[in-house]
Amino acid sequence: MTGAVLDAAAGSASALASVLASGAATASALDVLTTRHAYVAFALLLCIGLYMMIANPNLVKKIIGLNLFQTAIFLLFITSAYVEGGAIPIVPEGAAETGTFVSPLPHVIVLTAIVVGVSLTAVGLALCIRIYDEYGTLRTDVLRGLMRDEGSLPERPAVGGGDADE
Amino acid sequence: MSDVLLPVAITVPLVAATLPLALGLKYESAGWPVAAVATTALAGLTGAIGLEVARGGALSHALGTYEPPVGIELVADELSVAVLALVAVVSLATLAFARVAGPRGNSFYSGYLLLVGGLTGLVLTGDLFNMFVFLEIVGISTYALIAADRSGASAYASLKYLVVGTVGASLYLLGVGYAFLATGTLNMLDMQVQIVEQASYADPLIRASYALIVAGLGLKVAVFPIHAWQPDAYQRAPDAVTTIVAALVSTASAYALMRVSYTVFTVDFLAANDAITTGMLIVAGASILAGSALAAMQSDLKRMFAYSSVAQFGMIVAAIALANETALLGGIVHLVGHGLLKFGLFLGIGLLALGYGARELDDLASAARSAPYTAGAVALLGLGLVGIPPSIGFLGKWYIGVGAVESSMAGGDPAGIGIAAVIFVSTLFTLSYVARVIERFYFAGVGLPGGHGAEHDESGHGDVGGHDDADRGVAADGGRESATGDDGPLTPVEGAPRSRLVPDRVPPASLAILILAAFTTIALGFGGYALFEWFDPYLTEVFA
Repeated sequence: MTGAVLDAAAGSASALASVLASGAATASALDVLTTRHAYVAFALLLCIGLYMMIANPNLVKKIIGLNLFQTAIFLLFITSAYVEGGAIPIVPEGAAETGTFVSPLPHVIVLTAIVVGVSLTAVGLALCIRIYDEYGTLRTDVLRGLMRDEGSLPERPAVGGGDADE
Repeated sequence: MSDVLLPVAITVPLVAATLPLALGLKYESAGWPVAAVATTALAGLTGAIGLEVARGGALSHALGTYEPPVGIELVADELSVAVLALVAVVSLATLAFARVAGPRGNSFYSGYLLLVGGLTGLVLTGDLFNMFVFLEIVGISTYALIAADRSGASAYASLKYLVVGTVGASLYLLGVGYAFLATGTLNMLDMQVQIVEQASYADPLIRASYALIVAGLGLKVAVFPIHAWQPDAYQRAPDAVTTIVAALVSTASAYALMRVSYTVFTVDFLAANDAITTGMLIVAGASILAGSALAAMQSDLKRMFAYSSVAQFGMIVAAIALANETALLGGIVHLVGHGLLKFGLFLGIGLLALGYGARELDDLASAARSAPYTAGAVALLGLGLVGIPPSIGFLGKWYIGVGAVESSMAGGDPAGIGIAAVIFVSTLFTLSYVARVIERFYFAGVGLPGGHGAEHDESGHGDVGGHDDADRGVAADGGRESATGDDGPLTPVEGAPRSRLVPDRVPPASLAILILAAFTTIALGFGGYALFEWFDPYLTEVFA
């Protein structure tokens, strides 16, 4: 097992090294930033969104983080669908099919995913309203304390184990 | 023309989901009849699809006459029919319980039908992006249903699930995006071909794509390090919702993982990427161990079986990662069997809560005396979960275990033996918590004073946490001072239904379904060879 892992790891490491080597030969990091800036933005947005979801104690801000996370993925689809000089894939009847056309599929995907994202945000905010009505706060740390006080939040599993023994 | 059954099966619940809201303007309680008709229709359609597949092999339908790979394809093969049958049966059977246990109101039934429609679509789709959409339909309706009892705690559990579940679905979408970049197609069968033609199994894009999909669906399935949303969601949801969600939602996500792993990426991909499968096996093993151990530590019944789901889905993920025929057969059997077992268990727990206000393990003392049939069925299902032979729970675990050992024997890879060992340890843990339940049912609380029972009744209802300590103290003492002639410490709540046939103070229709579910799991256990015959075409195709 470990041998296989090591093999695979070595394989991917060498692949990475070769990519890096070829990258270094043709383009510096600055070039990557200037020519692939949309992908860099994608990675940044993804990480910011994820970090916000994990680190921010405010529930609404967690949902904003979620939206950023999703937006990053939309950006990836849109960026990857960009074709230099590509035209809209609508060909009038009788016209010759010349030139480069852009695949419409990624755009349709993003459109659908945006709709999904909006409905998710709506459900999430509705839940936030319910929580705020009930507890008067949206901060998770305060919420946890309140819920523990009213007994509706179970104690952590480690504590729960001792609890069962008492 | 029989392939038209597939889109009809998806549209029936989805269209019916609009009816309770529309009819609700005029009729107070239109929801339940509409849901009953729609799920019955779905069960009929599932039967018809099953017959067609049995007769002529896999069915496929091109939506809107756009031929795949450009258009969206719906496919029903042996695997999807099995999961579809589970969806149809469970959604129909849960309705009887939802009628008495609530939540009431037309919007609940709209959400319920939306969930059923989403699950049907998820099972039948043959398109990766379409699968994401159905995954999210299932997700959104589940979040809404979990918060359906309008309490703050359930809203918090649901929001937690929403954030984690959406990250999971988004990671899945990201994975699909990577695969789309590498191949330019979204149809599952076409992508299987294009991955070989346009990329390779060692292509970093393809590897990253699979890793993201596994991570995303792993979040939805709730395997160990990323399972934290699941016990809260199951515990806080209304009982009827827990019953359907525990039986179907994670099951459908695990089905999606199985489908993507074997239909899109194929066995050869898994064999070519040892690092990924080893990682999955480690996560699955940790999930099996941690889930079982955490379940054994719980005192809340719903939470206990929620953690048990983490362990059981660990086994299914292990079966997927092992990538051999026996293990995959075990994974499929366990997927369906576990769905049925958890449906029965959560239904039984829900019935005890409804009739007796019992939500904690300690509330259950002498349940077998006051509710012999409910307790008996729950005990049977629990033993099935442990894996006592004539039950389907045994069959699934056994095949996964044998498959794990086989893979170790064939490849000299110790991970398989590890998985088999972990399954064995987990079985012991499962036995330990199921035995606690059975001990409570049949042996505990003999001769507890009658007054204590009344107090239990109140505490079981409202503020469970607050009364815990008092309850525990009495239960731990054994309370053997006097034997009263009353019906023991488990006393029915005010106005619990009464039946002439059985002493159980639970709704008779749901009790009949519970007993039927218990016997079905045993009957399916005897049908092991038939299951093998049924899944054989699928397995041959996958391992061709």
